[in-house]
Amino acid sequence: MFTLADVTQEKVPVIVPISHPSEGSAGRTGLWRVFKPIINTNKCKKCFICWLVCPEESIEEGKDGYPEIDYTYCKGCGVCSDNCPTGAISLVKEEG
Amino acid sequence: MVVKITDLRKAGKYLLPGSAACPGCGLAIAFRIVSKVLGKNTIYFIPACCTSVIQAPYPKSAFNVPVYNVAFMAAAAAASGAVEGLKALGREDIQVVVWAGDGGTVDIGIQALSGAFERNHNLIYICYDNEAYMNTGIQKSGSTPFGAWTTTTPKGKIGIKKNMPFIVASHGAPYVATASIGYPLDLANKVKKAKRIEGPKYIHILTPCPPGWRFPMEKTVKIGKLAVDSYVWPLYEIEKGKLRLTLKPRRIPVEEYLKLQGRFRNLTPEDIEKIRGMVDEQWEILQKLEAIGKIFF
Repeated sequence: MFTLADVTQEKVPVIVPISHPSEGSAGRTGLWRVFKPIINTNKCKKCFICWLVCPEESIEEGKDGYPEIDYTYCKGCGVCSDNCPTGAISLVKEEG
Repeated sequence: MVVKITDLRKAGKYLLPGSAACPGCGLAIAFRIVSKVLGKNTIYFIPACCTSVIQAPYPKSAFNVPVYNVAFMAAAAAASGAVEGLKALGREDIQVVVWAGDGGTVDIGIQALSGAFERNHNLIYICYDNEAYMNTGIQKSGSTPFGAWTTTTPKGKIGIKKNMPFIVASHGAPYVATASIGYPLDLANKVKKAKRIEGPKYIHILTPCPPGWRFPMEKTVKIGKLAVDSYVWPLYEIEKGKLRLTLKPRRIPVEEYLKLQGRFRNLTPEDIEKIRGMVDEQWEILQKLEAIGKIFF
């Protein structure tokens, strides 16, 4: 048991409950995914509408200026695929 | 200056990946766009709402901006205090924003909101409207539309949706706008415009909710677009009392919007006729108001 004297002498650890900004605050949300979006760079016109509508901020500019999906956090909602004007993003069922 | 995708891509990341939002979350899309336009010199005042699930877990938060957690009814009141406090400190470069859900705006937070707009504080009030209390399990709110199923209105809501933008505009607010995540760049431009105007500003964003509205999660943005295209959710802005319809899309039948959502499954043909009548009337009135010119003083 701690007494009040211990607190004033700083023997009790004081934790300030402040949340800090961090990626993966809900864990590796990529594990939630059932369908995996895959970008076909042959069809992609680099309009970045997929980036604009991604609710997860998990699309970024990758190599050659094409959008690239971060599969660690992509929840596989498919909003990017639904909004792609050229149909370059296909949804493939995750294995295992 | 018009905001484009290239401008938004230069902005920082204020919603970090791996958040606790549901897949296909409408408010996450809205928050990403709003926060990218407002930038990092912003304090968000957030009452209890779906956003609390994203920004409030301990020890990690998905929000990369300063957030002040407030009680459900007090977001606008707390933000008013912050605006005046920052003014006293000479930090008027910091933008104070209230980011509240529809429950915290049209039902529980309405008196604080009304007070803040009456006192004319320089803040932006953003209501993201998912048309029910989604966070606690889809209970009806004042913003739920006619006929929609929720867990507390199992046969469909009897009353109609509160016209919140007009209630706020009646306070004499210098800028009131409606937006939808179906038109993300329209939303970005409205937020940018609101940032430049002095005084209390109000933006009402329609953010479809896949689990609450009962539709597949990839359709979030599409439903937001259909709501505007079917004239169920017209996009307009009221600047200094003058109403202007910002988008006049080619009209699609209202069923196109209703049939995609499970919450409207119980509607009878008469109910659909009634909704069509209400939508027609709303659009007609808005067009007339636009023609009049100044409608609020």
